[in-house]
Amino acid sequence: MSDRVVRVAGGQGFWGDDLEAPVRQVEGGSIDYLMLDYLAEVTMSIMQKQRARDPEAGFARDFVPLMERIFPKCIEDGVRVVTNAGGVNPDGCAEALVEAGRRAGVAGRAKIGLVTGDDLMDRLDELLAGGHELANMETGAPLSTVLGQVQSANAYIGAAPIVEALSRGADVIVTGRSTDTALTYGPLIYEHGWDEGDHDRIASGVVAGHINECGAQCTGGNCLIDWWTIPDMENVGFPIVEVSQDGTFVVTKHPGTGGRVSRATVSEQIVYEMGDPTTYITPDVVADFTTIHLDDLGNDRVRVHGVKGGPRTDFLKVSIAYSSGWKATGTLTYAWPDAAAKARSADVILRRRLDRLGLQFDEIRTELVGWDSTHGPLVGEPPADLPEVQLRVGVRSSDRAAVERFTREIAPLVLTGPPSVTGFAGGRPRVQEIMAYWPALLRREVVESHLQVEVREV
Amino acid sequence: MKKIPLVHLAHARSGDKGDTANVGVIAYDEAHYGLLRDALTPAAVKAHFGPMVKGEVERFELPNLYALNFLLHGALGGGGTMSLMNDAQGKVFSTALLRMRVEVPDDVAEAVRGRGRVPPGWTPDRQGSGSDGQ
Repeated sequence: MSDRVVRVAGGQGFWGDDLEAPVRQVEGGSIDYLMLDYLAEVTMSIMQKQRARDPEAGFARDFVPLMERIFPKCIEDGVRVVTNAGGVNPDGCAEALVEAGRRAGVAGRAKIGLVTGDDLMDRLDELLAGGHELANMETGAPLSTVLGQVQSANAYIGAAPIVEALSRGADVIVTGRSTDTALTYGPLIYEHGWDEGDHDRIASGVVAGHINECGAQCTGGNCLIDWWTIPDMENVGFPIVEVSQDGTFVVTKHPGTGGRVSRATVSEQIVYEMGDPTTYITPDVVADFTTIHLDDLGNDRVRVHGVKGGPRTDFLKVSIAYSSGWKATGTLTYAWPDAAAKARSADVILRRRLDRLGLQFDEIRTELVGWDSTHGPLVGEPPADLPEVQLRVGVRSSDRAAVERFTREIAPLVLTGPPSVTGFAGGRPRVQEIMAYWPALLRREVVESHLQVEVREV
Repeated sequence: MKKIPLVHLAHARSGDKGDTANVGVIAYDEAHYGLLRDALTPAAVKAHFGPMVKGEVERFELPNLYALNFLLHGALGGGGTMSLMNDAQGKVFSTALLRMRVEVPDDVAEAVRGRGRVPPGWTPDRQGSGSDGQ
């Protein structure tokens, strides 16, 4: 037992987050770990497409130039980096990282841990033949019904390979579909020597991970409560969790940064993307979020304690993406007077033209941006004196040609429809392939027997 | 008793899981948590959203956080990249729920007047100044 506190900093909440944030986390004060979460449900399928076009792609490319910037400082300060930037090509990511490390001058001084085995794409036939149905958790349908359309399939993996890579001396750990929270609680298990039966402590680490995994969303970003009073958001501090051996921790941010850490900002992040709070399932523990106690200590520090957890399940969640048709969205802006009436009239004309062309769509959706596109029918009828409104029409179809033709029917409305219309300078709408999400469960040993940890020298 | 919009009593955040939106509602004041629990029944929330939520509404209680978590099933037009909605990931379903009108005692209505809204006279160049109201 020790009273040592381990400081894990969150540096990215998704692929596309503030590029400067990880640099501020490394340079702004003392931390032990930098955690970078790049993956969301649809990210893996996007990466899979990129890899199909270029075998060296398929990971979060931003991570490589970032590491080139911060590598020397991380090595000098002993800050270890844990990330799921590897996406569907962690091997390629690790290779690019070795090169970046050499360019950054850390050759001979840095080790990269590579975790593979979460990717099930090449094993789907074998798994189905072996009696693993990979049934859709929401509909119960077996995966065989969409097998030919599957674009990516990855198991959410837990802390074990991260702990192994750390124990083998890795300074930077690159994984594929590691569970977001494991990027935080993996290092905690390693540092504090928690074992599999320490359910409450690991559950507390899961809560720390949940708070850490969306970047500034717990430090003032996207915070509804008194948002207009939150200071210096241009220099917002990203989260740091300071975790004790007993699992209790403090959420904070570096001194001198903007934003706010309070009971309220942390509470908002805790309820984000929450299901049943009594059973927050991860690969290593089932955490009970109703047991969380928060103490606001002031000065941007919130203490978290009391978290309870239960044993892990026999299954891992699998995230599968499959192609499911095409969609496009077109917009036009209509001005006063009677802006909404004009927009709705244009919508009717557009739909009749699509009908006359004999085009089939699975869905056509019309929204008025500036009136009902976020709160729907809750806002009632638009007033006649609405100064302007944007017509937004989306279509979805398994027939790509129908969606293509739709994209050519928007601009003509400018000269062939209701008046006072503008805002079409962006050109034709883009046709997008739909990647549908298929969540499934798989017995954990089927995945864990294939997990591999490799340590490479820079 | 008076009917007031929920926005004066609670803040909220929402997100998505497939075609389900979640809305976590957090009382500004611990003393109002019981009031929210009584008013925001799954049936009342389902009725508030009307056609916006195709499936059922589930509710979970987090008394330690003075919070309620709602799962709104079938709210996101198929969810993920399937959805044609502007708010395909349910990011602002939170504020849609805060429009709901709830009945509170007169003294509560008086005490929370204006809470949750930008104060009169505030301008964006004053971001971060003024009282934080917490």
